Amino acid sequence: MSLLAIALLAAQPQEPAMPAQSCSPEHAAMGHCSMPAPAEPAPPPCPPEHAAMGHCTAAPMPPDPPPSSPCPPEHAAMGHCKPASEPPAPETPAPPAPRVDAADAVFGAEAMAASRRRLYAEHGGGTFSQIMVDRAEWRVRDGRDGYAWDAEGWFGGDIDRLTIKSEGEGDRDGPFEGGEVQALWSHAIGPYFNAQTGVRQDFGPGPSPTYAVLGVEGLAPYWFEVEGALFLSDKGDVSGRAEASYDQRITQRLILQPRVEANFAFQAVPELATGSGFTAIEAGLRLRYEIAREFAPYVGVAWERKLGDTARIARAGGDDPSRPAFVAGLRVWF
Amino acid sequence: MSARLDRRSLLFAGGAAALFPWLPAWAQPVSAGLPAVGGDDIRLTIARQMLHVDGKMRHAIGINGTVPGPLVRLKEGQTARIHVTNELDEDSSIHWHGLILPFQMDGVPGLSFPGIAPGKTFTYEFPVRQAGTYWYHSHSGLQEQLGHYGPLVIDPAGDDPAPHDREHVVVLSDFSALHPHVIFKKLKQMGGYFNRQKQTLADLLSGEGQPLGERAAWGAMRMDPTDISDVTGSTYSYLVNGHGPADNWTALFAPGERVRLRFVNASAMTTFNVRIPGLKMTVVQADGQDVRPVPVDELQIAVAETYDVIVSPEDRAYTLVGESVDRSGMARATLAPRAGMAAPVPPLRPRPLATMKDMGMGGMDHGAMGHAPSEGGAKMDHRMRDLSLAPTVADTPTVQSISPMPMDRTGEPGQGLEDVPGALTYRDLAALHRNPDTRAPTRRMHIHLTGNMERYMWAFDGVKLNEVKEPIPFTQGERVRVTLVNDTMMAHPIHLHGHFFELVTGKGDHAPRKHTVNVQPGGTVTFDLTADAYGDWAFHCHLLYHMHAGMMQVVTVRPEEAA
Repeated sequence: MSLLAIALLAAQPQEPAMPAQSCSPEHAAMGHCSMPAPAEPAPPPCPPEHAAMGHCTAAPMPPDPPPSSPCPPEHAAMGHCKPASEPPAPETPAPPAPRVDAADAVFGAEAMAASRRRLYAEHGGGTFSQIMVDRAEWRVRDGRDGYAWDAEGWFGGDIDRLTIKSEGEGDRDGPFEGGEVQALWSHAIGPYFNAQTGVRQDFGPGPSPTYAVLGVEGLAPYWFEVEGALFLSDKGDVSGRAEASYDQRITQRLILQPRVEANFAFQAVPELATGSGFTAIEAGLRLRYEIAREFAPYVGVAWERKLGDTARIARAGGDDPSRPAFVAGLRVWF
Repeated sequence: MSARLDRRSLLFAGGAAALFPWLPAWAQPVSAGLPAVGGDDIRLTIARQMLHVDGKMRHAIGINGTVPGPLVRLKEGQTARIHVTNELDEDSSIHWHGLILPFQMDGVPGLSFPGIAPGKTFTYEFPVRQAGTYWYHSHSGLQEQLGHYGPLVIDPAGDDPAPHDREHVVVLSDFSALHPHVIFKKLKQMGGYFNRQKQTLADLLSGEGQPLGERAAWGAMRMDPTDISDVTGSTYSYLVNGHGPADNWTALFAPGERVRLRFVNASAMTTFNVRIPGLKMTVVQADGQDVRPVPVDELQIAVAETYDVIVSPEDRAYTLVGESVDRSGMARATLAPRAGMAAPVPPLRPRPLATMKDMGMGGMDHGAMGHAPSEGGAKMDHRMRDLSLAPTVADTPTVQSISPMPMDRTGEPGQGLEDVPGALTYRDLAALHRNPDTRAPTRRMHIHLTGNMERYMWAFDGVKLNEVKEPIPFTQGERVRVTLVNDTMMAHPIHLHGHFFELVTGKGDHAPRKHTVNVQPGGTVTFDLTADAYGDWAFHCHLLYHMHAGMMQVVTVRPEEAA
């Protein structure tokens, strides 16, 4: 009996499904299908100057789906379908938006207020954090081993965050060479980039200037992580730094990361032993293995090179402006 | 608790062989199914519990002591009275997914009602005006991920248009040992955290995946073609009725029977491709609504959708495969005439890669559309976020891309099934009964699905719910044609509470009616909605972490004079 019922069901007339493909003009010309109606009667949101530059094309809205399926007159007469010449729905304005308060009449405005606030805040609000120690490494150099770190943490929502950055280095036997910490307000300025502004404090031997910081950080095309900042010191000196790195996955867990950093200054700063122009570059190539995403030991090479007047100052002081090193370290975040 | 056991419920219990005497009856993996509750007065209790998954104990939230919760079985025409007690130490709720009911019974804290405080009981009471397979789940925080969901079946008042000799409810879900707040935090820290199937140098050298030039072009756009699922089998176990693949939940049948499988995708984040190798499935219901029977070999079931299929198995065992869409894992069960049987489990198929179509460049192949078919990478990059193409979308960091040429993809079976013969598409579905409202729509609107995988931000029209100033208003009784435009590279199952809508797929007045529709990446879906239910209704992406990230809005339905 049930078999029969299913068979009867299956025997019911089925309208053929419309093909999903769009209707090409030559097809339309042959009467095989009809072109989708011009999408929107509203003025095209593609300004002519844009279109002229090839940035966009007119009629930008997605076309309406093909009109409803072929409806033979005998079907239509039986009320099974409507003829296909159904006009597209008009672009009527929406009614004015009311207050979201329907449940107030049932449960009382007071009872609803807190849960409604929470509903809105919970879906899309919220604050998060991340501490990323990108590099904590030992540097094996010709005779003078040392260490270095570079870490960044953020706390906040999707748009505005407090960002703390720190980096520094030192020699195993010699003195701590110097480090810095930055406290920045980070603000999303687009899908990929944050503008960052705040202060930087250097510490270590010698002068420890304080800087005002203005920078950007984000993800560039081709998956390059990039960062750039200008620093204005409390003495009025202006310098800058640009960094870029790239993660090349060799396997799902083995990742090769080339990285380059360039420092420059707009004036010489004798007490910091830097000249004007490019002061130093640092290039690195690190191979890490992600035991977990959050925990990855690595090995690699890093090469620091002082440039221009800064290099001359270093040489005059008996330092080698070029410092290659083998590195081994840990990338860890949580 | 007064549990009304009908013939079908007894059939469930009949197959419960005590294979695992140390497990309670509901946890027996053979055909036990879930306990059923029904009748005029139903009691459900939400509480923390432990869950066995493939031999491991996990912290979970269950209902009446089970994960998923018990099968709530109602009868069309009755009045449902369901007392829900919250024994958690935080607010909770139950939303009856797909049920047409007064808004104050819909179960969304902050919209329908204030929620259920710890230790309190809320009584839901509503007339049952429909039949079919549905489900229920928490709408509070991220509780759903922890197991707070269950199936709901309404028997029709009249004859069942798809008669069967036996039925099994098959609740598919995803479960992680990680706390859902940890999962969400990881996604915020690193959008691709759970993706362990990215392209690598090794697979480039072995000739797999995209060739170098294509990888460069996608890199230029900062788009990852392996980004199919946000949360994957790297942390999830995929469950059938609360059982992991190794648990091998087994549904029994007698050879010659027509077996109805009621599939419910109660996952937080997982789209499943469902198949039973060697067995044709005839789809008879989608989202609880009867459809003209469609025989298929495989179907994609998005989060929150339900499909009922009828199968006629022979005297042998079959494996029921629910492969996650990114092929990072599978839910597995067995269909067998006797306990203890198993069929071969097919290996996971290679993961799909997103295509240009998934980036909303579907029409690019068609030079006829008047667009230059070939574009340089740099120019394409510029076009990936041309907000002039979507004037209703706000220019916010939530918008990573705008689909330049989105196309209607309802004729496609979904990601990874392009080359699978016999896979269901939305265009295969036609309502069995004439649609209740066949008026032409008097208004149309577009809603864009937008997101940013790098920041893990998701929203409608670029505005997250926490930033939203106004709801989406409808006048009660009006019929509106709504087009959803997916500006992201992921599929989004979009759910509107309190209503069914008719998909515009060329089926005239037999359009398939749904409560949740999956909008393919870079695709569009158009539906006609009769906004007939007064109140405030949730409208959201049913991927739990997308909703939590802000991909949600409020739909208001008000009488004309009040509007």
